[in-house]
Amino acid sequence: MSEVDYADMQGLVRFGYGQMTSALYALVRVKNSDAAKRWLRSAPVTTAVAQKPPPKTAMNVAFSAPGLRALGVPESIIAGFSHEFWAGMSQESRARQLGDVGQNAPPNWTWGSYGHEPHALVMFFAEPDQFDSFVQNSRDQNWSNAFEEIISLGTSNLDGDEPFGFADGISQPQIDWEQRLERPTTQSEYTNVVALGEFLLGYRNEYGKITDRPLLDADAATAGLLNAEDMPAKKDLARNGTYLVMRQLEQDVRGFWKFLHEEAAGNLADAAQLGAKMVGRTRAGDPLVSIQAQPIPGTDPRTVTQNQFTYASDPAGARCPFGAHVRRTNPRNSDFPEHRPSTLRKLIIMLGFGPKGFYDDLTSSVRFHRILRRGREYGSELLPEHALQPGPPNEPARGLHFICLNANISRQFEFLQNAWIANTKFSGVSGESDPLLGNRESIPGCPVTGNFRIPGDGALGRRISGLPQFVTVRGGAYFFLPSLRALRYFAGAA
Amino acid sequence: MTPQSNFMVLAPIIPEREAELRELLDSMNRGPGQVDPNNSLLPFAEFETLHFARFVILDDKTTEDVRVYGLAPRSYPLYLAFLGDFDGDVNGFLGKLIKRAGKGLGKIFSCCQGFLPDTDLLDWMKQHEAPAIAVYVNWRGRTVRQIREEAALYDALLSHIQKQAASLEGLEPQELHAKLRAFVNAEQSAGRLKLSKEGPTPIGWQIRNLAHMIGFPLAGLLLSPLLLVIAPFYIIALRRLEKSDPVVCPVADQKHSENLSSFEDYDVTNQFSAMGSLKPGLVRLLTTTLVLKTVNYGARHITRPGRLGRIRSIHFARWVFVAGRERMIFCSNYDGSVESYMDDFINKTGFGLNASFSNGIGYPRTNWLVRDGCLDERNYKEYLRRHTLPSQVWYKAYPGLSAVDLERNTRIRRGLEMSSMTNEQAREWVALL
Repeated sequence: MSEVDYADMQGLVRFGYGQMTSALYALVRVKNSDAAKRWLRSAPVTTAVAQKPPPKTAMNVAFSAPGLRALGVPESIIAGFSHEFWAGMSQESRARQLGDVGQNAPPNWTWGSYGHEPHALVMFFAEPDQFDSFVQNSRDQNWSNAFEEIISLGTSNLDGDEPFGFADGISQPQIDWEQRLERPTTQSEYTNVVALGEFLLGYRNEYGKITDRPLLDADAATAGLLNAEDMPAKKDLARNGTYLVMRQLEQDVRGFWKFLHEEAAGNLADAAQLGAKMVGRTRAGDPLVSIQAQPIPGTDPRTVTQNQFTYASDPAGARCPFGAHVRRTNPRNSDFPEHRPSTLRKLIIMLGFGPKGFYDDLTSSVRFHRILRRGREYGSELLPEHALQPGPPNEPARGLHFICLNANISRQFEFLQNAWIANTKFSGVSGESDPLLGNRESIPGCPVTGNFRIPGDGALGRRISGLPQFVTVRGGAYFFLPSLRALRYFAGAA
Repeated sequence: MTPQSNFMVLAPIIPEREAELRELLDSMNRGPGQVDPNNSLLPFAEFETLHFARFVILDDKTTEDVRVYGLAPRSYPLYLAFLGDFDGDVNGFLGKLIKRAGKGLGKIFSCCQGFLPDTDLLDWMKQHEAPAIAVYVNWRGRTVRQIREEAALYDALLSHIQKQAASLEGLEPQELHAKLRAFVNAEQSAGRLKLSKEGPTPIGWQIRNLAHMIGFPLAGLLLSPLLLVIAPFYIIALRRLEKSDPVVCPVADQKHSENLSSFEDYDVTNQFSAMGSLKPGLVRLLTTTLVLKTVNYGARHITRPGRLGRIRSIHFARWVFVAGRERMIFCSNYDGSVESYMDDFINKTGFGLNASFSNGIGYPRTNWLVRDGCLDERNYKEYLRRHTLPSQVWYKAYPGLSAVDLERNTRIRRGLEMSSMTNEQAREWVALL
């Protein structure tokens, strides 16, 4: 097993750069490929090597499929990337799968609609006092010759909360950097340790396989690239790179709290409690189910009180509703619906004679559907108590620049978005999609998708109806976040 | 109980009329993947016992794959498949179909070989019937009528609960069950809700079913001495093939893949049709037949209602040999998007997938028939995508309802039919609402 080369990886794969609280996402189109390559050759792209003291500025770069094309990367190489990267997020069928319909439909986006995809995403991070000069210096003459800026997205620092006012980014998968874990065929216990190949191309994933990616013939141009682990005669363009998914999610913070407040008959504490049911965590980030005594592999010791739990203790969703955002996006289950079944029991379950309750075994095993979140908020902070007042005219928008990294967009990001977030039939529910992210659009046979059910414990639960759309997609694209070697290859490509 | 049946008409298309046929089929849709259930050619919605139906042009682009075995590809005629799943027996359904939509069907089938203006439609359809070797029905005996009645029941209960929230709050599960039961009884008496009694199980079907239930294992038992003798040779031969059979999983063509997507994800349920050639030789043919007969037996007599192994998202599925024994088609109606369907399959029932599909040319390498194979996720997904065919027309009788929805509704209804429940039963029942 080869050791990973952090110097060949862009920093975002390993770090969220939390201490650099200022950030800017520049979405650009290449207008002159030679100038773009010149800029790329001199761009100070930050690697994943741990630095002491930590850097005060950082820059990472990712390219979309049209962007690689604009750089002159041959079509045969681009075709080696995955279908979804190749086709893009805003293609009509894909948009339908992702729930990007109605107001969320790509033609309504501010950026990234079909045919208007950004070519590259350049991410600037810095400590506040260095931010302006850093960004200015990076956008030099080569930059202006090379790129046309579609939009530059600013971010804001809400001290770890997302705009609705809930603590965010509490749970992240722990990457098995050393590739020490034996990947079992079946995993009968939830673990937070995930195979490196789920987040980085060119390494073994949860299936023990290496995800598809462009493999090039060895020649002068590709001499700088690493050899493919599974096909040593080939050069692995994607090794140490990964896919980056970006979506601009505008959040209607006033609408959210107004709705909760009305549902709670004007009681702010009750509104926050209801909000917690929708999110699946309290505003402080505490889970709604109890922490278990048994450690979960890969749980950061500092976040045990917020992460050492599964939903095994809450099979009916009485504490944390099935439809709650964090339960949808990480059901914390394993390959089997029971805790450590014996071989015989596994066989019985596999043949369909396992647990027979209605809600049992409805959710796919989560280990194949994890993502690494790297997004940042934008817009000013608005506390719930202030959110109840009407906003000033032309109030600037708030939301999340959602960014995630994954090695298989369709099995990770798209699965999460389609099967778990947008799905009105998730885990036996009906007539509801994600309470935060759902689009509330009717689907054939289901005129209403704006419900939210809070199951009761042996009693009737509560079904809230008429949820408005709280989050609107304003843009999005799929990018490839190359390794440093691949960046040099792109910069030197004919 | 009214058992479900199915049919598949398979006929070669007259090459000069393919374009016309495609146009006809498209005319039944509002857009790709969105049928007009009342279209004039075949107004599906008027057949109240029909669950699912589809027209697929079997444009198999993988016939060249036999070259990996040194065989010359055969030029097969292009087939049209018309298939459906319905309540009751085949003759009754086809009779109704022809009576109501004979003209439209005649128009469609006139693009196929051997269908002349004076051809008797029923005879022709029967002549072109392609029987399934294995069939899966999510819930044997649950009719379209029952599905619709139970969906209406669920809606009525939800809106009653919403309106009566104050008076129902805090009730113990058993009290709640009694109250809601009384409500439903009253609604039924007032004619606002209808929950029809199960129809009688046809005697002929019962006899055939029993004969099948006993016959298959009996045949196995009788043949067991022979099978025991053959087994070692068979296993050696199969293992040898498994180690040497070429894997053919090139990346699916992007255009093909995008075309497939344009037919998918309008309803919570999707159609799936995949076609390919079987690996040559007797061992593979024998394996396919035996595996599928076993699947068929298990699906018919052993599986729990609503489940195929651990999978709860398939409404109907079938495996059919296409004109001879060289090629097969698998057709299913499943909930969710194709990606979740494939992942669910790999993770929950990979062994079944391997056993039933690994006899197709190019399938990712298996071990002992059930191991590995689809765990080679990338190859498996490309393999499946490449073999998938778009369904030109696809009909589902109950849009918006997933198989799990149907199970919930049936469970609710069954609970209502119980005059009393234990506290535990009542808690489970209330959790469904």
